[in-house]
Amino acid sequence: MKKYINTGNKDTRSGFGAGLSHLGATNPKVVALCADLTGSLKMDAFAKAHPERFFQCGIAEANMIGMAAGLAIGGCIPFAGTFANFAAGRVYDQIRQAVCYSETNVKIAASHAGITLGEDGATHQILEDIGLMRMLPNMVVINPCDYNQTKAATIAAAAWQGPVYLRFGRPGVPNFTPEDQVFEIGKALHLNEGSDVTVIATGHLVWEAIQAAEILETEGISVDLIDIHTIKPLDREAVLYSAAKTGRVVCAEEHLMAGGLGEAVAGLLAREHPVPMRFVAIDDRFGQSGKPAQLMSAYGLDAAHIVAAVKEITGA
Amino acid sequence: MNDIHTYQKIASQVRRDILRMVTGAGSGHPGGSMSSADILTALYFKELNVTPESWNRAGNGHDMFFLSIGHVSPLFYSVLARRGYFLISELGTFRVYGSRLQGHPSIEAGLPGVHQASGSLGQGLSVAIGAALGKRLAGDKSRVFALIGDGESQEGQIWEAAAAAVHHKVDNLIAMTDWNHQQIDGTTEDVQSLGDLTLKWNAFGWECIVANGHDFNSIFEAFDRADSLLGGGRPVMILFETEMGHGVDFMAGTCEWHGKSPSKEQCERGLAQLEETLGDY
Repeated sequence: MKKYINTGNKDTRSGFGAGLSHLGATNPKVVALCADLTGSLKMDAFAKAHPERFFQCGIAEANMIGMAAGLAIGGCIPFAGTFANFAAGRVYDQIRQAVCYSETNVKIAASHAGITLGEDGATHQILEDIGLMRMLPNMVVINPCDYNQTKAATIAAAAWQGPVYLRFGRPGVPNFTPEDQVFEIGKALHLNEGSDVTVIATGHLVWEAIQAAEILETEGISVDLIDIHTIKPLDREAVLYSAAKTGRVVCAEEHLMAGGLGEAVAGLLAREHPVPMRFVAIDDRFGQSGKPAQLMSAYGLDAAHIVAAVKEITGA
Repeated sequence: MNDIHTYQKIASQVRRDILRMVTGAGSGHPGGSMSSADILTALYFKELNVTPESWNRAGNGHDMFFLSIGHVSPLFYSVLARRGYFLISELGTFRVYGSRLQGHPSIEAGLPGVHQASGSLGQGLSVAIGAALGKRLAGDKSRVFALIGDGESQEGQIWEAAAAAVHHKVDNLIAMTDWNHQQIDGTTEDVQSLGDLTLKWNAFGWECIVANGHDFNSIFEAFDRADSLLGGGRPVMILFETEMGHGVDFMAGTCEWHGKSPSKEQCERGLAQLEETLGDY
């Protein structure tokens, strides 16, 4: 098992903030909009450094998406940021018409996604956003796994011509991917070469999957491990190659089973190479208040549950 | 072209186009298309500083127009075609499978003159604000126009946009409302009263002009006045008093023709009231 070192816990939203600041300094076309959550999304450094390119939109997300589309038409590269619940669910129709159908070059920065938002509870914990966003034609959906990857994904999103939904989170989580990584949209990362089972994880579940693979290795189960930061477009080759090799796939994500990474992978495999699958995801229920780690454990989204899913599918 | 009669002639042909397009398609929205017809004729044949040759989607260096009420697409397409953005013969493909003239304006379809898709109401003003802010950032002195509906103004996003434009001092934007007092289910008063739109836009901090949307002298005066107010730190709203279905007696002043196509006989009756000035497509 390849070793991955946590260089210290960091929140992925700070990775977004760092990426945005880098873009602010290097690309004059990049502008940012925020719906009264500048501090929460770590957009304050950009806002301070480039006040003329930062648009505070207040608690009016629908208008923010429209403004971002208008800025994009003229040639700007807008990043519109708010909590994922408001960035995807609240403004679905605005994203559908003004961004995706209109092919505007808008980047939606969706923070505090999933149950790791924690204590605020289910009203703010969107678990459907990957599904909502990946259904939209023209939309790219990215869910990076740590600080470094989120920073790199932010920079890559600006270079991509077209709508991007960039999903990240609130709590500090292990930072283990390289600082100087090149982020290629649509290209999965092969984290470990294995032969018994494929584990495909996204976002906060990638570190959990690494922990699970290490545990499984001590028990003689070899995990082929994939970090699939881009859920759409899905890296077909990576998924099909690994599924053909191991014949079993476990998907892990901080999202509902419906509409998420697991269904995206299942859809591909059902068409091209059916294999048994298990889904480490939330089954048709809302979140609730609690500590992030406590919730992840209670909702079955941690290394222990990935280990259990692998054992079930391998019959170990 | 300064002769008012010239614009009236164009508008008459545009209204003929609207009737024939909607009748030909068997569906579409003639009522609001008729009420906005004189406004868009004035805008495209005089006010907008853009030509079919110079037009591009990004709008850099020239005036941009955003149609928020996408359902008046027959009007929009007719004006664009009559202005030379594409051949008038293409108007005959309105709402037909494979046409660039989609039921509501589309980017995907690639029709020249369309900056943004619209149809789902309430969104166009926000997009226009974004475009205006983009022009300001780029040091581009050209203007942004947007047309919204009075019924559309029941959408909350319109008022989010109203507040945002004032907050960001978007003073290169001229928004227009087709104030025809009708919507699908009845009068705006009966469906959900809008109150006094003049008071509302003023209260939000906009410069507000009221004009007669069927009198070219009044329309041009309003444009001149609006233009003179630009650069003053506030966005401008022109409330055009109009009549739904204006120009065809049996369509005028009722919501009945918001989204209904006339029969062939009704179309002929309507066409008999509208002079063919530029030649039917």
